[in-house]
Amino acid sequence: MNVVAHRNYTSAIAVGRATMDVGIVPLLLLVVVAAMALVEPHFYSTGNILNMVRSASFLAVVACGQALVLIAGGFDLSVGAVIALASVLAAKTMAWIGVAYPDEPGLAIAAGVLAAMASGAGVGLVNGFCVAKLRISGFVATIGTMSVTLGIALILTNGIPVYGLPGSFVQQFGRATWLGLPSTIYAALGAIALLVFVQRRTLLGRYIHAIGGNPEAAIVSGVSVFRYQTSTYVLSGVFAALTGLLLTAQVGSGQASLGGDRMMLQSIAAAVIGGVSLRGGVGRLEIVTLASLFLTVLTNALNLLRIDSRLQPVLLGVILVVAVALDELSRRNSALDSHEPT
Amino acid sequence: MSIRNEPLLSLRGISKRFPGVKALDGVDLEVRAGELHVLFGENGAGKSTLINVIAGTFAPDEGEFYFLGEPIHDLHPHRARMIGISPVFQEFSLVPSLTVEQNLFLGREMVSYGMINKRAMRQMAQKLIADLGFDLDLHRRVGELSRAHQQMAEIAKSLLGEVKLLILDEPTASLTERETGRLYELIATLKAQGVGIIYVSHRMREIRALADRITVLRDGKLVKTTDAAATSDSELIELMTGRKIDVLFPTIIHQPSGVAVDIENLSVRGNRVNGVNFQARSGEITGIAGLVGCGKSELVRAIYGLEPIRDGTIRLNDAPYGCPSPHISIQKGVAYFPADRVAEGLALSRPIRENASMAALELESFSRLGVLNLAGESARIQQIMNQLKLRPPRIESAVGGLSGGNRQKVMLGRALTREFSIFLFDEPTVGIDVGAKLEVYNFIAGLVENGAAVVVVSSELPEVLALSNRLYVMHHGRIVAELQDDQKTEQNVLASFFKDSSMPTDTVQ
Repeated sequence: MNVVAHRNYTSAIAVGRATMDVGIVPLLLLVVVAAMALVEPHFYSTGNILNMVRSASFLAVVACGQALVLIAGGFDLSVGAVIALASVLAAKTMAWIGVAYPDEPGLAIAAGVLAAMASGAGVGLVNGFCVAKLRISGFVATIGTMSVTLGIALILTNGIPVYGLPGSFVQQFGRATWLGLPSTIYAALGAIALLVFVQRRTLLGRYIHAIGGNPEAAIVSGVSVFRYQTSTYVLSGVFAALTGLLLTAQVGSGQASLGGDRMMLQSIAAAVIGGVSLRGGVGRLEIVTLASLFLTVLTNALNLLRIDSRLQPVLLGVILVVAVALDELSRRNSALDSHEPT
Repeated sequence: MSIRNEPLLSLRGISKRFPGVKALDGVDLEVRAGELHVLFGENGAGKSTLINVIAGTFAPDEGEFYFLGEPIHDLHPHRARMIGISPVFQEFSLVPSLTVEQNLFLGREMVSYGMINKRAMRQMAQKLIADLGFDLDLHRRVGELSRAHQQMAEIAKSLLGEVKLLILDEPTASLTERETGRLYELIATLKAQGVGIIYVSHRMREIRALADRITVLRDGKLVKTTDAAATSDSELIELMTGRKIDVLFPTIIHQPSGVAVDIENLSVRGNRVNGVNFQARSGEITGIAGLVGCGKSELVRAIYGLEPIRDGTIRLNDAPYGCPSPHISIQKGVAYFPADRVAEGLALSRPIRENASMAALELESFSRLGVLNLAGESARIQQIMNQLKLRPPRIESAVGGLSGGNRQKVMLGRALTREFSIFLFDEPTVGIDVGAKLEVYNFIAGLVENGAAVVVVSSELPEVLALSNRLYVMHHGRIVAELQDDQKTEQNVLASFFKDSSMPTDTVQ
């Protein structure tokens, strides 16, 4: 095969692969966006668009962390609770340092950010230890840590929002806009870009795929399953905590009601709709990000169309199951097609 | 005793094809009432396909099937049971969370007026267990039972109802001596009642004790049906293994130099390897032969760090190697190729490129500071796969769609991604076709000629005889023979297998 022909051949494969990998999410997104143009002009107001993009980017940060855990063959139900604990801890720490050192808002912010991140990493480490060392199923281990984490957040606050955040944290970061966009979006997009880089270009990302693809083969290849499986839970925890921080900055107080079950369920839904296989090994964070945008836009559209909010979870559930069923079907078909005789 | 001599089961010209394999090729089989008929052959000879055809699991592609003189078409498992064909497979058909009694009647519960008639079922089950003389508690959950008791439950299940033909697939594999005795008595009773029995076993002693006739299969074909009394053990083994030479083994030039792997008194946890002394030298292939389960796989897995070591020392190139782990083994230049490529070798959903580079990613040519060099990786893997003549040469295809031979090439590709000097092959050609086998042999030959130390573990005797320069034979976790030069013959290997064939766990595979 000559070089030119070979190039054409590989680029044709690359195009084929790209359309196959992206799946139906962009199409769904386009359909919703186009349909809203016809029925609800308010959908296109700047305020609404910025609102959607911000919510979607927060969800995407959590969903990308979740997706890494799923790709490695795990499950993280604790992300919603981590958001709550990170919010509460960050607010408490900032308020406390703010009282002790009223002239040092930077110190208070730094300490609050650190406390939030440490709580996320801590929960992730516990999850990783339970799953990778004690061999508890990810589902059970993270249900446990979810309950504990949320409990701690509630104990710390008695359910009352924590105020007393440094003004600069809320005004100059949480509610500020830079170049016309809410500043928190930049932080979220930065986090997503980092995770995409980790997945595509680092050893960690490759080993996550390998472990999810076949843990025994990863062991035989000399990959430390404990180290990398734990890393996925730590990443998921840390990025959930980051989302908690961004939400705290936006609302201006620390609340144990942030995140919660809804965020957890949506993060799994976004990952799965975004093509992450619950069997592990397969999934791309760019698509998960798009799926997060799709879910947020869809929720927003349903709200604008004044669809009963009690009906929305029903729709979400149906979409989730249909997405997974389509994924299974296409996988089965392609497995049949590509099988060469032995 | 009323043994009727007309055939109970009669198969003529049965063929069964699977994608790429002709599992059965024109096989005839006749089982008489009151006869115990042994099916004998190597793994892959077609024994299990044949009993699955008889049990209705697989429909044959060609051939005639008569049961009690009636032609049978479109058999399925349920119908097979209805007409009195009752199989006991090695894979149990029991639900662990149900009790023994519930399992016995699963799918054929006794019902009166739409209600399950527990009392009638209990009486029937108790009578059956008492008749069989099994020490089996009907109310225990199957999952709580030992494997031996599960085996009894499985046999009891197969005998519930009227049985005319019983199929037993290595039924004594997990039974103790005493339980085996019980089973023999049961078999005698069933034979006296005119039940025909098809019995799959590799154990010579058992075959001697039970068989009336023996049918030997090889490569999906009928070799011979013979009277057990008129055939000696060695004749049977010859019938089983005397295959035509279907692979030309390459001529390998062995030039042994220093000892690369030196093992002293090695035992692994669970004693699958028990006090083994073993050496592999650079520049030669060291073979390890033995029956399935003799510990030969565990020995190489222990060297690589996949089997917890209880006792003994390993030295690699004269340096002690304390607690082996795959990661350190790779760094020390040890490559391991698992027998089960699907379970342990490959991530099927990932592309060839990622699978092939997996063991070398930490090297500088593949990554720096944890960041991958994707272009370098692609180029290197493409080059390696071209060298191994992967067809088609698409390194971005998922490994799951590849044939066995191509999957093994992906594994071999790993060996070329970094510097290895010691290669441990566990069943290197299992499940791959003849042409690909030859390529694997040539690959191994190339390694040795470049001065590497190669260990080949294989259950396929001709392969390990032809490839190795020195050959160890393992049995029950121990090395029982070390053969070289003209001592290295099939007869000598088989002789060392059967030296203590009184042991009940002997299997020829």
